[in-house]
Amino acid sequence: MEYVIKTDRLTKRFGDFTATNEITFEVEKGEIFGFLGANGAGETTAMRMLCGLSIPSSGTATVAGFDVYSQTEEIKRNIGYMSQRFSLYEDLTVQENIRFFGGIYGLSNREIKTKSEELLEQLGLKNEAKKLVASLPLGWKQKLSFSVAVLHQPKIVFLDEPTGGVDPLTRRQFWDLIYQASAKGITVFVTTHYMDEAEYCNRISIMVDGKIEALDTPANLKSQFKTSSMDQVFYQLARGAKRSD
Amino acid sequence: MSSAFAIEVNELRKTYGRQQLVAVDDVSFHVNKGELFGLIGPDGAGKTSIFRMLTTLLLPEKGTAKVDGYDIVADYKQIRKTVGYMPGKFSLYPDLTIEENLRFFATVFGTTIAQNYHLIEDIYLQIEPFRNRRAGKLSGGMKQKLALCCALIHKPTVLFLDEPTTGVDPVSRKEFWEMLKRLKAQDITILVSTPYMDEATLCDRIALIQNGKILSINTPQIMIQQYPQQLYAIKADQMYEMIKALRKYPEVMDCYAFGEYAHVSFNGSFEENKLKTYLKTEGLTQIEIKPVPPTIEDYFIKLLKH
Repeated sequence: MEYVIKTDRLTKRFGDFTATNEITFEVEKGEIFGFLGANGAGETTAMRMLCGLSIPSSGTATVAGFDVYSQTEEIKRNIGYMSQRFSLYEDLTVQENIRFFGGIYGLSNREIKTKSEELLEQLGLKNEAKKLVASLPLGWKQKLSFSVAVLHQPKIVFLDEPTGGVDPLTRRQFWDLIYQASAKGITVFVTTHYMDEAEYCNRISIMVDGKIEALDTPANLKSQFKTSSMDQVFYQLARGAKRSD
Repeated sequence: MSSAFAIEVNELRKTYGRQQLVAVDDVSFHVNKGELFGLIGPDGAGKTSIFRMLTTLLLPEKGTAKVDGYDIVADYKQIRKTVGYMPGKFSLYPDLTIEENLRFFATVFGTTIAQNYHLIEDIYLQIEPFRNRRAGKLSGGMKQKLALCCALIHKPTVLFLDEPTTGVDPVSRKEFWEMLKRLKAQDITILVSTPYMDEATLCDRIALIQNGKILSINTPQIMIQQYPQQLYAIKADQMYEMIKALRKYPEVMDCYAFGEYAHVSFNGSFEENKLKTYLKTEGLTQIEIKPVPPTIEDYFIKLLKH
């Protein structure tokens, strides 16, 4: 089995506060991995370490085969990242955004040209290519933003609440894109507050107070907690949380 | 001034900018006294613009609205005295402590914390241990509770809550809705907005809103009854492969993921065995098909698609 993420007792302390407390887990190639937690449980800190944005206090981890202490630049080149807040440049057109991010990720001009045509075709955005991103509806922005995050064919893409505030139909179209990326072998690491989306993941972990308290397939978690909904699994685990954001 | 409705909105309209972006497109609805009414829709649907017009912070371009019988343009001063408003963005004073913020809002509205303490008691007790902490240093959940206390301290007749649970985890969301239910019992009318469809069933009545237009107004129960087809939940060993296969099946009208199942509706009649056989030939196993009652989310998707 090929692992794209591997952590061993990964920890981050801020002063005497332990945000992420000895988390150990693996994510397989092509897997859709849901990374859930109550507010303030430490998922954001963990995700920042995995993206090479924050150096751990102790423990080890590799992402796409690179070390989170010494190879953060290599990590950044081999991952994609999309969050609800930071997506695209609103004052650039659709095409300009694609060219900009393609350039940042080191694609050649020819690659950018082919990829951008492919992408516009696939998203049905051909007629919007020269429009400012600001003028697009939120759902389209999110889909474009995801496609840009995987433009350079990263080994893994990190999605931080990608569907927050999006209408239910667009939310599902967004998941179609996630499935497609996963089918191409891109590993998807996703956080969400929608429990129905947790069901779409191959496996999920749930963090409470800095620790991973549960990690399995949605079906196994539900049988482990003797309930029929992920909502209830989450509720049972997070109800006892001492920290809240 | 008395009126049959707590909120009355008639063809309210708001357009922004030179590009004439229509944020609120001739919206009409009313909220009964003591009702918990939900505006349910995604970001950009126009929810916040409606809230800002009703709380007299934004002038409508067209149309009229009354809150407690007062006109939102002519009687704006009256409305500001009687309503409570919790904006989507945290808007308390970050440099004041919990207690100072609360006292400030009570004083501005000419009352004291003691006078209406019963209204906020069970919410305030949860943040009281931190009453000397500055609001800017609070966690998201605590900020939300403090903001609710500040919006309530002058005993408003109508409470406006703009996306109070956005970005909040499912446990805190549940707790928040339990607080709202207790407030409703105190005869406060509540207009609340949310992008979470599962919160819709907790309201007395809801309006589904998209692109500045109200698509439907009713009780959640009636909306569910109005769902036009029998809905089925279908599951197999590989979700995405199954959805792709179902979308190719001629009798399938709509098919989309819904938790661990796909929700599927059909054109006309459908034969379960025939569908099962088809899915098997598509390489799927562990197939399960069962009828399910629709949810508000299913209804919303139906309205968006057709």
